[in-house]
Amino acid sequence: MKKRLLALVAVCVLAISSFAGCGAKDEGSVYYLNFKPEQDAQWQELAKSYTEQTGVEVTVVTAASGEYETTLQAEIEKDEAPTLFQVNGPVGLANWKDYCYDLSGSDLYKELTSESFALKEGNEVLGVAYVIESYGIITNKTLLAKAGYSLDDIKSFADLKKVAEDITARSAELGFSAFSSAGMDGSSDWRFKTHLANLPIYFEYQEDGINTTDAIKGTYLDNYRAIFDLYINNSTCAPAELSAKTGDDSRNEFLQGKAVFFQNGSWEYSNLTAEGAYTDDDLAMIPIYTGAGEEAKQGLCTGTENYWCVNKDASEADIQATLDFLAWVVTSEEGTKCMANDMGFVIPFKNAAESPNLFVKQDKAYTAKGMTPVSWNFTTMPSEIWKNGVGSALTAYAADQTDANWNAVVKAFVEGWKTEYDLNN
Amino acid sequence: MERILKKYWPLFVVPTMAAFTIGFVVPFLQGLYLSFCEFTTIKKAKWVGFDNYIRVFTDDPEPLMDSLWFTVAFAVVSIVLINLIGFLFALVLTRGLKGTNVFRTVFFMPNLIGGVVLGYIWQILINGLLSVVGEPLLALNTTAGYWGLIILMCWQQVGYMMIIYIAGLQSVPESMIEAAKIDGATSFQTLLKIKIPMIMQSVTICVFLTLTNSFKLFDQNMALTNGEPMNTTTMLALNIYKTFYGRTSAEWKGLGQAKAVIFCILVVLISFGQLRATRGKEVQQ
Repeated sequence: MKKRLLALVAVCVLAISSFAGCGAKDEGSVYYLNFKPEQDAQWQELAKSYTEQTGVEVTVVTAASGEYETTLQAEIEKDEAPTLFQVNGPVGLANWKDYCYDLSGSDLYKELTSESFALKEGNEVLGVAYVIESYGIITNKTLLAKAGYSLDDIKSFADLKKVAEDITARSAELGFSAFSSAGMDGSSDWRFKTHLANLPIYFEYQEDGINTTDAIKGTYLDNYRAIFDLYINNSTCAPAELSAKTGDDSRNEFLQGKAVFFQNGSWEYSNLTAEGAYTDDDLAMIPIYTGAGEEAKQGLCTGTENYWCVNKDASEADIQATLDFLAWVVTSEEGTKCMANDMGFVIPFKNAAESPNLFVKQDKAYTAKGMTPVSWNFTTMPSEIWKNGVGSALTAYAADQTDANWNAVVKAFVEGWKTEYDLNN
Repeated sequence: MERILKKYWPLFVVPTMAAFTIGFVVPFLQGLYLSFCEFTTIKKAKWVGFDNYIRVFTDDPEPLMDSLWFTVAFAVVSIVLINLIGFLFALVLTRGLKGTNVFRTVFFMPNLIGGVVLGYIWQILINGLLSVVGEPLLALNTTAGYWGLIILMCWQQVGYMMIIYIAGLQSVPESMIEAAKIDGATSFQTLLKIKIPMIMQSVTICVFLTLTNSFKLFDQNMALTNGEPMNTTTMLALNIYKTFYGRTSAEWKGLGQAKAVIFCILVVLISFGQLRATRGKEVQQ
């Protein structure tokens, strides 16, 4: 009996050691912890294809939506840690810079079309942006025409307000509203507490000639209020209902033709055109006008919060394998086509293939017409808690639009920024 | 039999002990160590001594105290309600009524659904109701959030406690109840003097479970209110979670960890107190 037990133990030990042996390969392997669940399938395909061509093993794991930081924290401790991960900008980098390999000598960095897409610390290039996205007000042109307007009628905040309020006045007769619900549920409130809040921050940075700050002044918060008022008072539902509306609610209203306008980004393109819901002729994205700055020159909000970083603590072979894989992704025909066509990305690399994404093309067209894209400054927001504070205050304000409630938004925005900045630095 | 057990006890003990050590003892000790550190990932932790513990009481932007009162208010009401309702159901469902088994199953079923799912379902239900009566929705309504949590937890846990009480009630010897009846005790007297003292063991277990569940409540809290409005419905565990994940720089993880250790000690103390108090009332059959 004892012998049998011994044999059992021996088998167990063998099994464990052979499992452990799996990852150890001399030529190095790649482990990519992917941030975007929407593109998981495409990354898996691409990884498989690369493995077939080169024999280098590429594992792609996608973190659940909203769980990237926690997943990364857990994964990076493992012996088989991700060799490739991502941060969302300077604030995210601060947390992970101990793990970031200096990419300044890499092909990936040399392929970048502009220096501004690299995340630097001193002379070290710690992150490289891999996708450029735009957001604005997605417009249903067909419905807009039904209401008697065209895109040319909307060139400023005043125009937008006039059109939206006219649609609201006639919404019973038209059968649709101006804006899809500005839902303040956690699945949707980032569109307002983060993306919309970018505009007052952007204009303030422009005016002051800075690109980050430890204390925001809130110069343009009245404009923020004006556009938010417009959203919530010309919407598919009563403002008091907004606190429970989700991102899906908002998108579905737009898909069902219940609203003309829908604030969101180029990443929504595939959702809006899937199964023939809309064609490129129905859709357009217009800048988010707030009555600030030179509106005739304002473009879409274009930028990135996705930066690739290579894990410094990975073995040298793995780092090299990862750099090779990335170089292949951004230069090879298969890689660039996959990123453009299948993932719908605009990538800031020299060999990038043209993306079929309408909103992305529009961004280019706006820029070509001499309009300036609004940069993404929300990556400088001090913390999640700051965003949540602004979000809570906005939700309260939406339900009861008093000056006192707006002052709470201002307080969360301005004082909250200072507090959170100090706490986080 | 005994001989075999003596020979092969490691076969029974070792797997459990190993699982307990790997899954509980090691992480617990590691957590304790990390509460004295600043860290982003646990491999690169930097020892800072008692700094985190000092900051918990002096310099914490989300003080545990704020959440403690809400948690205590929630715990008291939910412990009473869950046990009372669970016990009443158990009484009714041990009288041999028709359909007893069906009802036992139905009442137990909510327990099989995960907390997050329940939280979201009840969020939709409660928001629907609030919107009909024209009250502010959950995200703006502390009172509704409080009662919503209590209703949700009652709904989920009453069935479980009911099963434990049923088991207790069924173990009360028939002969005792019969003797009481012969002595002329009313059914209320039987309940008070015979049944309840006889099932004090079940009471101990149920109160212990509801007490610790109330203090440790996390998923339901996060899904139903997520602390809104303005952190007024944040319970202890969610408060720690928010400290841990709300900001990115290293010192917050250590602070969250220190709060978690204090939280653990608090829950252990309270539940030991409760165990002592109710154990004293148990009787041997």
